[in-house]
Amino acid sequence: MGTLFEQKSAARKITLRSIEEYPEAPVSLETTLSNFTGDWRTFIPVIDDGKCVKCYICWKFCPEPAIYIREDGYVGIDYDYCKGCGICANECPTKAITMEKEEK
Amino acid sequence: MSGYEPIRKVVSGNYAAAYAARDARVQVVAAYPITPQTSIIEKIAEFIANGETEIEYVPVESEHSAMAACIGASATGARAFTATSAQGLALMHEMLHWASGARLPIVMVDVNRAMAPPWSVWDDQTDSLAQRDTGWMQFYAENNQEVYDGVLMAFKVAETVNLPAMIIESAFILSHTYDIVEMIPQELVDEFLPPRKPLYDLADFSRPFSVGALGTPNDYYEFRYKIAKAMEEAVKVIKDVGREFGERFGRDYGSMIELYRTDDAEFVFLGLGSLMGTVKQAVDVLRSEGYKVGAAKVRWFRPFPKEEIHDLAKEVEGIAVLDRNYSFGMEGILFTETKGALYGTDAQPVMKNYIVGLGGRDFTVNDIRNIAKDMVKTMEKGETSGESLWYHLKRG
Repeated sequence: MGTLFEQKSAARKITLRSIEEYPEAPVSLETTLSNFTGDWRTFIPVIDDGKCVKCYICWKFCPEPAIYIREDGYVGIDYDYCKGCGICANECPTKAITMEKEEK
Repeated sequence: MSGYEPIRKVVSGNYAAAYAARDARVQVVAAYPITPQTSIIEKIAEFIANGETEIEYVPVESEHSAMAACIGASATGARAFTATSAQGLALMHEMLHWASGARLPIVMVDVNRAMAPPWSVWDDQTDSLAQRDTGWMQFYAENNQEVYDGVLMAFKVAETVNLPAMIIESAFILSHTYDIVEMIPQELVDEFLPPRKPLYDLADFSRPFSVGALGTPNDYYEFRYKIAKAMEEAVKVIKDVGREFGERFGRDYGSMIELYRTDDAEFVFLGLGSLMGTVKQAVDVLRSEGYKVGAAKVRWFRPFPKEEIHDLAKEVEGIAVLDRNYSFGMEGILFTETKGALYGTDAQPVMKNYIVGLGGRDFTVNDIRNIAKDMVKTMEKGETSGESLWYHLKRG
C-alpha cells in the first residue's frame, strides 16, 4: 500500500484454518497490512480522469490512506485497502469520483 | 524442605501482600487507594521511598486506569501488580476481561469488602466472586502467611499459563490484623520465581504486529478456546507450583482444596478464605463434643477444583457449604459451583447452603456449632436442601 505513489504491499492475507495455527494471545501475525480492509467495501470509487484536475484533495482526505498518485499525475485507488467510505467522492471539487455499487 | 532460615515479621495481611510484591521483584505497580486495601500500596510506596525496590509506581486517577496501566506494562513484558477492593474492583471490571483476553499474567490482591449500598468496608466475598467469569484465577487466603505465599505462587502460575491471578484476603480480619509471617530470603525467591518470559515482545521493532486488534466472528471463537484450555492447564500448574513451594519452603499447596480432619468425617464444612480458620478451630471443638466433622477449604476458586470436590464428596455423607456471599435470584455462589461440579457423578452427598458473615457480620465457633446441629437434622432427612439458610437473620 503506497501513501503517495503506487507501491504494492508485500503483505499476505492470513487465513487460520485450525486451532494449532492460532497464536496463543490475540495478536496479529504481521502488521495491520495483512488485514485487507478492501473486503469490507459495498460501494467502490471510480475515477474519471477526464474530470480530474490533479488537485489531490482526495489523496489528502482518504483516511486509510488508499489513494496514490500515478506516474502520469492522476490518482489511483488501492482497492486492497479502500473501504468504500466515499469521502474522496464527497470532497472532489470536479465530481471526478463516483461511488458505484460493487458486485462481488 | 530445604533448611533455609525464614525472615519472621509480625505484619498485617496487607503488609504481607506488599512484601510479597517486593520479593517477587515486581517491576510496575499502578494502583488507586481504597479501604481496606490502601495500606498495601502505601507500603509499596514506602519501599520505593526507602530505595528498597526498583518498582516503577504509576499513580492513576481510578481503578479502571490502574488496571489499564498494568495491562500496558504487562504487554511490554513487565511483571505488574496492583491491589484493590469492592467498588474499586467493580470499576476495573472491563479491564479484567482485557487482561485475561490479552493473556497477561498480572497479579492483583483483592481485599474482600462488601459491595455498597449500604456503604460497608467489612468482609464479604461477593466483590471477587462477581468477577468469576473474567478469566482471572482466584486464590482465597486463610491467613496472612497465605497472602504472602499466594502472591509468590500466583506470579509463577500466571506466568506459566499466561493468565492473570487474583489473591484474595478478608477485610480487616486479615488486611489489618497482625500475625507472624515467615518471609523467604530474596535469593531463594529468585530461584523459585525467575524473570518472566513473555508470550510476545512488543519492543521487537524488526517484527511489528498489533495487540488488541479486531477479531471477526471468524477468529474470536478460537481465542476463547485458548483461554479455556489455559485455565484447564492451570489446574495442573497450580498443583505443581504448590508442591514445589512446599519442597522449597516447607508449606505445601499441592492441592487446590485443603482438607482438615475429613478422614472419618460424616460431613464437612466447605468454604473460602479466612472464615475457614474459624471453622478449623470449631472442628476441633465439635470433634471433642462427639461430632464427626471436618473442614474443606477451597483455596483456588478459579480454576474450580472439580476433581478434588468430587473426591471429597465421595467420602462424606454431607457437605455444609458456607457462603460469605450471595447471588441474588439463586443462592450462595460456592454452593452453586459445588453442586455443578457434582452433577451427574456418583457422588451425591446431602448438601445445604448457609449464608454467613455478609458485610463483616461476626461468624464464630458457636455459630458453627449451631450450623453443625442443623446439618445433622438435614442429613437425617437425607435430602439436599433447596433453600439457603440465612443463618444470622434477626427473627423477632
